[in-house]
Formats: sequence, structure tokens, C-alpha cells
Amino acid sequence: MRQSFIEFNNVSFRYGEEHPWVLKNVSFVIYPDEWVAIIGHNGSGKSTIAKLINGLLFPQEGEIIVDGLKVSQDTIWEVRKSVGMVFQNPDNQFVGTTVRDDVAFGLENRGVPRPEMIKRIDSSLTAVSMNDYLLHEPHRLSGGQKQRVAIASILAISPKVIILDEATAMLDPTGRLEIMSTITEVQDKHNLALVTITHDLNEITKADRVIVMNDGKVWLEATPREVFTKKEELQLIGLDTPFVSKLADQLTNLGVEINNQPLSHEELLEELWISHSKM
Amino acid sequence: MNNAFIIGQYIPGESIIHRLDPRTKITIIFFFVIIVFFANSIASYGLLTVFSIGSALATRIKLSYIIKGLTPVWFLIIFTFILHLVVTREGDVLFELLSFPVYSGAVAQGSAISLRFFLLILVTSLLTLTTSPIEITDAIESLLHPLKRIKFPVHELALMMSISLRFIPTLMQETEKISKAQASRGVDFKTGPIKERLQAIVPLLVPLFVSAFKRAEELAMAMEARGYQGGEGRTKLRELKIKPIDIVTFGIFCLIIIGLYLTRT
Repeated sequence: MRQSFIEFNNVSFRYGEEHPWVLKNVSFVIYPDEWVAIIGHNGSGKSTIAKLINGLLFPQEGEIIVDGLKVSQDTIWEVRKSVGMVFQNPDNQFVGTTVRDDVAFGLENRGVPRPEMIKRIDSSLTAVSMNDYLLHEPHRLSGGQKQRVAIASILAISPKVIILDEATAMLDPTGRLEIMSTITEVQDKHNLALVTITHDLNEITKADRVIVMNDGKVWLEATPREVFTKKEELQLIGLDTPFVSKLADQLTNLGVEINNQPLSHEELLEELWISHSKM
Repeated sequence: MNNAFIIGQYIPGESIIHRLDPRTKITIIFFFVIIVFFANSIASYGLLTVFSIGSALATRIKLSYIIKGLTPVWFLIIFTFILHLVVTREGDVLFELLSFPVYSGAVAQGSAISLRFFLLILVTSLLTLTTSPIEITDAIESLLHPLKRIKFPVHELALMMSISLRFIPTLMQETEKISKAQASRGVDFKTGPIKERLQAIVPLLVPLFVSAFKRAEELAMAMEARGYQGGEGRTKLRELKIKPIDIVTFGIFCLIIIGLYLTRT
């Protein structure tokens, strides 16, 4: 069996005694080098999972293990060394007055010596192709560029897992593409686990595994392709399937034979021309 | 740049004054503000004027631009001068201005006070003109460092300043957005009596405050997630270094102080 990296064991969480449970008895495992997408509609508890992983919140019941450490008040600083997090609002996580200062922030917190810092800033900004913007102030950057800087500042501390908590939700379509291609590239090049939290089914297609959350519980754990076969059920829990997937369905209804559930335009195109040449 | 008022503005450049360590600049200005009040003869005032104008020229920012940028201050200086002409009654009566007798002592004192005022404003505005806000923050953190011993939160203060600086443009953009949104709902910011215009600010300020607090909460969380746990054990990317030019500048300033001592009467 593979060594797990993040483990949730029967985790339950609520914000206070009076409040309803946000997470109810949630258990799952994330392995190193794996891309897991956590998806669910608003209020399904998906963002709470992110905050639990790096100790911004603590569960009332159950335990969370990150990199062999049980997350608790005493271990949060150790845990945060291996967990990098990108939040939703690009502006509210930009601490530095310039791109360079912002990437430096996490390194300064960890007491990294200055020469090493300069090296790491350079390489992490290169990884997200933002090295031309070293001295730019945040208000001169687009939302997508700010999120790329946020990714760079996390790469600089070389974490073992990056969590993107709805990191693309506030971006325009161009910015969204930018971020998706950046993280795909980053995951290819660096040895790390990736957890993307989203409510957009378009963003789970490249993940290795998908955890669908509904009403504080794990509703389904499957590959993206399996997830897309359950269209009606997904719509019932408030998730809309991507256009390609809907199109494939309509084509099937019209009698066009599609064997494999397509995840992208290219895959659908492939299916279509092959089926045509068979006729 | 259309903005006429230059106090607090930063103009990037490569001049000697720009390249000085911000701590050198702040220290010199601190002492300059004190010694200006010790000048009491034409020669001593002359010396300080030469020093100030000389520094202004060394910034390579056009002197006319600086003088023009101080327009609101000019009114204050002229006002001070006239006030002294009218109020002070020392020395001989020189002439009568609109049936007010003008004394020689008044002219002397008026010009001395106005000149002092001008020099103070000029030199302090040179600091902000040639030093970026973040450099000033770093310098303050470094200069106040000894106060850490008496538990003064130096690092926190500097971080607060730099975060405020970073959020000024963000909140300005937000203010603009909110004011447009409220204007589209019929709030009138530009016309009407002052009282109504002041009331119109309320629907602008309330959403701005709410959003600022929300930002603060999220930023605090993001900082914690990135491992921020106070000033202990932190390293710094931005570094301040005393260079030979700083020592030379300090030497010149010491000569000015000695010169001032000798030219005083």
C-alpha cells in the first residue's frame, strides 16, 4: 500500500456549539504526487477541509494527519511548512508592497538567509513566468497575475502539498486558464501533491481523483471520468456538468455512438471523427 | 504629473540624494529641524539656506517643480510674514502700510520666521520626494530597533505601516467602485448643500469599512497560512546598508552644524 500524505479520520467540524455540523464524519486519504480535486456546491464543507489541513481550524471530532504529524496547536507551524495554500481573493493574500516582497514574505517568516532567499524568489517566479514583474506593485497586476504570484510565493517555501481554495473563482476566463495551466505545469515539474477545491466541474478534468462533497459528507470518490457519468445525480446536488459532457449526452440521445465519456473538446472531437469513419 | 502638491509624493530617481540610506536622511532631517531654530544671524540663515537649496539641487528634481509644488505652503509663509509685519512693534517705524505702522524689527522677524518655515518644509519634503514609503518604513524600523528592549512593538509597527501602504491603492480602487455603484443608485456626491454632501458619504463609508474588515480577516489568515508568527526569527529581504556616501554626507552635515555655531551672534 502507498504511504498516505494527508489523512482525515472520521473528522467532524462545526463553528460553534449552536451551529450545525459543517463536516460530518469525513474520512479520506491523499497520497503524495497526486492531484485531488475536491468539489461541492457552496456550503458543502469543501473550504473547511482546506483550513483544517493546515491548522487554521481544528476539528471537534476525529483526527487529521499531515505528513505523519497529527494537526494540533503544537504542530501547526511544522505542518504549515509542508502545506502551501492559495486563497480565493487575489488581493487579500498579497502581503508585500511589490511582487518580490510578497514572495519573500513566506521565506522571511521561516528565517531563510538573504542570499538563499534571492535565489528562491527568482526560481519560483520563473516557474510561474512572472519574473518580468519583480518590482511591480499589486495594483498594477491582473487578478490572474496576482494568483500566479501567490503560487510562486508558495513554491518558494517548497511545500509538499499545494492547496488551491477556489483560487480561480474570482478570475475572468483568461485568468482561469492562466492558473490552470500554471498549476498543471507546476505539478509536472515539482514533486508535490495538489489539492484543488472548486465548485466548477470544468476544473476537475485534469485531476487524478475527485472527491465530491455534499452536505458535509463525502458523496463520491472517483476518477473525473466516472464523476461525469453521474450527470443527473450531480445536478441534484447543485453541480453543473461541463458543456462538452452535456453535448456528448445530447449526441448519444440522437444516436451518435460515443463510447468514452469525453473530458475535453479534443477528446470529443477524437470520438466523433473515429465514429464517423466507422460508419 | 499634474498633481501640484508635492508633500508626501515620491519621485523615483538615481541622484545622490535618492541613493542615500534612508536612515541617513531621516537622522539629518531630524537634526536639521532642531538647528533651524538656533540660527539667529544673516550669515547663519544664509548657511542653512545654501545647505537646503544645495540638497534640493542635488536631487536632480527641477527646483521650479518643487517650488511650485509647495504653493499651498507659500500662502502660509506669506500670511505669517504679513502677520508679523502688523503685529510686531520693535525697532523704528519704516513706513505705513494702509495706515498700519510697519517697524524694522517686524520686517526682520517676519522674514526670519518665514525663511525658517520655508526651509523646514523644503527639507522635509525632500525626504518624501527622494525616498519611497517602504524605504522610510524600513528606516523607521531600523532606527527604532533599540526601543525593542523596552518592549516597544517596532516590528509590528513597521509591518502595519507597510501593509497600510500596500492597501492604499486597493482601497482607493474600491472607494471608486463603491461611489460609482452608489451614484448609479441615485446618491449624489457632487451637488447640493454641504450638509447633504456630507450625508452622502455615509453610504460610501459603510461598505468601505465592511470590506476593509473582511480584507483584514482574510489577510490575517493568509499570513498565518504562510507561516507568519511575529517578528522573532524572521530574516529580511530588503536590506539597509551604510555606504561611504552616507558617511561623507554626514560629515558635511556636521560641518554645517559647526559653521552654524560659528556664524551665530
